[in-house]
Amino acid sequence: MKNYWKILYNGIVPSNPVFVLLLGMCATLGTTSSAYNGMMMGIATAAVLLCSNVVISLVKNLVPDKVRIPAFIVIIASFVTVLQLVVNAWLPSLNASLGIFIPLIVVNCILLGRAEAFASKNGVFASFLDGLGTGIGFTLALVLLGGTREILGTGKIFGAEIFPEDYGMLLFVLAPGAFIALGYLIAIVNKLRKTC
Amino acid sequence: MLTYISIIVTAIFINNIVFSQFLGICPFLGVSKKTSSALGMGAAVTFVTTIATVVAWLLQTYVLNPLGLQFLQTIVFILVIAFLVQLLEIIMKKTVPALYQALGVFLPLITTNCAVLGVAILVIQKGFNLIEAVTYGISTSLGFTLALWIFAGIREQLELMPLPRAMKGVPIALICAGILAMAFMGFSGIKF
Repeated sequence: MKNYWKILYNGIVPSNPVFVLLLGMCATLGTTSSAYNGMMMGIATAAVLLCSNVVISLVKNLVPDKVRIPAFIVIIASFVTVLQLVVNAWLPSLNASLGIFIPLIVVNCILLGRAEAFASKNGVFASFLDGLGTGIGFTLALVLLGGTREILGTGKIFGAEIFPEDYGMLLFVLAPGAFIALGYLIAIVNKLRKTC
Repeated sequence: MLTYISIIVTAIFINNIVFSQFLGICPFLGVSKKTSSALGMGAAVTFVTTIATVVAWLLQTYVLNPLGLQFLQTIVFILVIAFLVQLLEIIMKKTVPALYQALGVFLPLITTNCAVLGVAILVIQKGFNLIEAVTYGISTSLGFTLALWIFAGIREQLELMPLPRAMKGVPIALICAGILAMAFMGFSGIKF
């Protein structure tokens, strides 16, 4: 039981996909103009990761070693297609704000990375937990970055006003702010990791 | 003619794929430590993107659209790109082994470079015809190469700078990328 907690916890803090492993940067930078967008992108990616991890750990013995990467990609792409149809049907506004980044979950390095490094070697339940942990870690990172940019840029968090928008730095909502905010957040995480 | 010039300038400078669309960040951070390997990576991405855009456009127009299978777009495109990357890997291993060594793990990673898949999907979304699609594909990847090359030059200098330990490596690189992105924002006033 303790072991399972470790698997779950590992994806959230010690090997957080964004701040520690530096994977999935495109989605991280591209969709975090607000905390809400970041959270939805994180949840979407986590859902695909969870499903693909479970299915890959189920079929790992049926797939020959040489064609495993293409097979994994097809599995991930199928789940992304399902997600695309679901989002199109029920959350059209989300589809408009995340745009091209929904189909691009296919090429998010986190998914293939977890499939290759964990799900192809471990059992179903462990892979499920790994997917859940990594998904939560990714979502938290996106909410943190999205929240930082939203507060600095517009003075709001999840749409609730903290200070008037006129005092916000518009730069942080635009493209350069994404790079700068993420750079400083990673530096802070580095600093915290070195001391503890 | 003006359409094509507009597509080229927009794709390289105004809507630069790295600095304003956030595509292809992984190789942008990974292979940008040396200018020489940055140029090699840029060339490989240009090659794959151009061919992938053409093949994806043809497949979308002549196979997926007539059969009403648009929802299979993501799966079909990623398979086309994976196949092309394998092909490029075999060709480069035989013809330019030095460059093949230098690119190392990042060559197979072009498959998961979102710039390639992103351009293929964007071309369909924007409703370009074939020639416009090719122009867009080439100029976008030129924009990627330009971004990678400038950034590699900066990072070569950064290596020599005294920095706080926590800022070394990726954090300072990201902040520099942010400043570069600001410079690229200056192009956004250009209109045709």
